[in-house]
Order: sequence, then C-alpha cells, then structure tokens
Amino acid sequence: MTSALRVFFVGGTISYRALFNWIRPGMYVTTMLGSPLFQILFFTYLGRYTRNEDDTFFIVGNAVQVAAMSSIYGMVMGIANERQFGTLSPLLATPANRLALFLGRALPFIANGLVVSAFGFAVSWALLDFSLARSDLPALALIVLVTTVSCTALGMLIGSIGLRARDVFFAANLVYFLMLLFCGVNVAVDDLPGWMEAVGRALPLTHGIEAAREVASGAPLGDVGGLVATEALIGLAYAAAGYVLFRLFELEGRRRASLETF
Amino acid sequence: MVRLFYAGWLFHLKNLSNSLFFVLISVLQPVIFASIAFFMYRSGQRPGTLLYVALGAGLMGIWSSTLFGSGGAIQWQRWQGTLEIVVAAPAPFLLVLVPLTLATATIGLYSIVTTLLWGRVFFGMPLAFAPPLQLAVALPATVVSLGLMGLLLASTFVLYRQASAFSNLLEYPVWLATGLLVPLSLLPGWVTWISWGLAPTWGIKAIRSAALGGGDAWGAIGMCVALGVVYLILGAVFMKNFERLARRRATLSLT
Repeated sequence: MTSALRVFFVGGTISYRALFNWIRPGMYVTTMLGSPLFQILFFTYLGRYTRNEDDTFFIVGNAVQVAAMSSIYGMVMGIANERQFGTLSPLLATPANRLALFLGRALPFIANGLVVSAFGFAVSWALLDFSLARSDLPALALIVLVTTVSCTALGMLIGSIGLRARDVFFAANLVYFLMLLFCGVNVAVDDLPGWMEAVGRALPLTHGIEAAREVASGAPLGDVGGLVATEALIGLAYAAAGYVLFRLFELEGRRRASLETF
Repeated sequence: MVRLFYAGWLFHLKNLSNSLFFVLISVLQPVIFASIAFFMYRSGQRPGTLLYVALGAGLMGIWSSTLFGSGGAIQWQRWQGTLEIVVAAPAPFLLVLVPLTLATATIGLYSIVTTLLWGRVFFGMPLAFAPPLQLAVALPATVVSLGLMGLLLASTFVLYRQASAFSNLLEYPVWLATGLLVPLSLLPGWVTWISWGLAPTWGIKAIRSAALGGGDAWGAIGMCVALGVVYLILGAVFMKNFERLARRRATLSLT
C-alpha cells in the first residue's frame, strides 16, 4: 500500500517534472497562461459581435475549457512520452502498481488545469469586467475541479492510445479543438444539430460548463448536482476505458515485443 | 535562381502537405473554427455572413500555418541537421529560406478551399464571387505577404530557443487584431494601429472585397504588396545578422 502511494505521488511528480526537460518556464507561461488569455478574449469579442450570448457565457465556457489544455495535452505527454523518449520498457519492467502508476500521473495535471482555469477567471475579471459573487466561488471551484478531473480522464484515454498509435499528438490536438465545437464552450449545446449535441453530451466538459454557467448566474450547488454528477461519471468512464487500454497495450506490447516500436 | 526558388518552394510544399500537424492546422482547425463562428452568427441572427465567416476562418488557417511553419523553420533545420548545409551552400541563405516561408503560407490556401467547400457542401453557401480578377490577384498577394511576414518571424524567432512558445502565444492575438472574424471597430482603438502593420488585416480586406464586392480591393492588395516588401527588407537584414553572428560564434547547429 505504501509502495503504491509512493508510486502515485512521487511517480506522478517526477513524470510532471520530466516534462520541464523540454518545456521551459517561459514556454509554460506563454502556452499555458498566454494562449488561454487570448482564447478568452477572442471568443468574448466574437460573442459581442455575434450577439448570441452575453460576456459571462463565453468567459465561463472558455475559462473552464482552458483547463483541458493541461488535462489533455499534459496527460497525453505524461503517458505517451514514455514511449517517445524510450523509457517505457524500463518503466513497465518494474513491479510498480499499474493503477497507482497510471493515476498518479494525473494529479499534477489536474492541479495545473485548476491554476490555468483560475487564471482565466482572474484575467476575465481584470480585463472584461467579469464578476462573480464571493459566495459562488466554492461551488464554481468544485465544478471546475470535477470538470478538470473528467478532462484529464479523456487525456488518459488518448495517452493510452499513444502506447500503440504512431502520432497521438495529432489526436490530442484534434480532440482539443473539437471540444471547442461540441462541448458548448461557445455555442450552447441546445443550439447545435441533434447529432452534435449527442456527441457533446457524451464528452467531458459539456455538463461541467453548463453547471458552471448556472452557478455563475446565481444558482446554488444543489441545483446543478445532477450535472456535476454526470460530469464525474463521464470522467470515471473515460478513466476506466483509459486504464483498460493502458493494460491491454502493455500486455500486447510485451507479447509482441513491440512496446517501443513505431 | 528561379530554379532554386521553385524547387525549394515545391519541396517544402510537398513536405508540409505530408505533415499531419499541418493538415490539422490548415484543414481541420479552420473548419472547426468556421463551424463555431457560423453557429454563433446563426444563433445571434446575423444575416448573410456565411461567406464572410468562411473566408475569415480560411485566413485564420493561413496565419496558423505561416506562424507555426515559419516560426519554427530554422529550428527544424537545426533538428534535422540541414542548417549548416544550407548556410554553407553557395546560394544566399535568404533564397533558401524565402521559398520555405512562402510554402508555409501557400499550404494555408488549403484552409480557404476547405472552408469554402465546407460552406458549400454542408450549409449550401453560394459561391458567387464579385469580379473574379480581383480575387485571382488578392489570394496570391495575401499568401505572398503572409509568407514574407513568415520570413520576418523566422528571422526573429531564431534568436529564441523557445520559439514554439511564441507561436502558441501569437495565434489568437493576430486572429483577433486583424479583423478576421471580429470587426476591428469592436476592439480598443490602439488595436487598429497594430493591425495596420499586419499583413492578414489587408489580406482579409482584399479577399473579402474581391469576393463579396464593395470596399477597396486594389488598395488592400497594394498594402499587402507594400507590407511584403517591408517584411522582406527587415527579414533580410535580421537573417544576415543571424548568419554573421552564428558563423562567428560557431553556434549554427546549437539548439
């Protein structure tokens, strides 16, 4: 148990720090903080022009969605980079608890996603006159946490596919952009065609954003409990699918001696 | 010289077209952003804007491919180990680099084609353009001016190891500040001053005026050409300086 906890916390931290082997702090600031800031500004101004919703709709949608940047890209790199950098075989040769190994990698990216999202809300307050009642903050923080965990689970799934696929970063990029379209970030899912709404409702983020918007407009947490629970369940389903694929590709890779072949 | 230019442009065009990343940013990403913008326009009941959106999203794709392609051009040459060879070759380095940056802007044309096809196939958008001659001039003028802007990016980003971080940072601001989907009149006044120095501002004006009619397409095309010349001069000066310093310090291949 102690060993599994050590793998969970220490392994996850080391994996996160390993990213900074090539991601420098300057790159982190420009990518993780600069890009979300301009994404929020871009869609809020576009919304002001199209007049389909008010500023709060776009600010909340995008400030929650930007957490997915860390959750998806980070998680994909956290798993798939082991193969890219040639460390997958030694890692899987260890007797380390696989579930701890797998889930431990998620923790830093969840924290990172929360920071990015909080930054998004803070700059919206500073630059776009976004305001939120102080009493709504805990509920919003909880919703963002659940949504970030859920998006990280999707990142785990894509990262696991990266143990087999040749160019998983293409998939990660594509999924990230498609979430902007399907998950109600800038267009309410009700306004999308039926099939797009159905896809969006099966993805992480959609229910979290809906819940965050309601809380931002003054609804108590109890009123959005169903949405938050749905978001959590979707995340759980993606995490389970990701872990199953992780194990499957590990076993297949061992059987075929193809863990690090491309 | 013409052969070198053409061979370089064609080689990089084929090379970039084989990259999944560039397929993503020049084909799929513009369609996704065009769809988002279209749904936003539709639910906001802005009339007659589908072609406006398609062209704006198409130019967003040209900017993205130029930004990521040209911004990382020299770094990629370093990683592939070809930078020393092309710098040591008898041909001026500028003549090797310009076809590359123009190729990154050219593959952005996929974006325009894709977003127009997307509008036509999925939303029945009519493709009736006003005087076709203006569009036939506006498109290459825009691509060349963005390609030369790419040269300027390549020659300045080379000074920084984390050039890709700048690329990530600059995508949205230029989309916003050049009026590709959001009119400049909606932004703070100082943004307009910045936008005048950016080729996509004039490129989208030229293309929209040529495609939709109205506006001064030839004036905007002229501004594209003028800015292209400025970018070329600045890019050449910066590149010469980079080459001189890299040779003197023996840092050409250092990443």
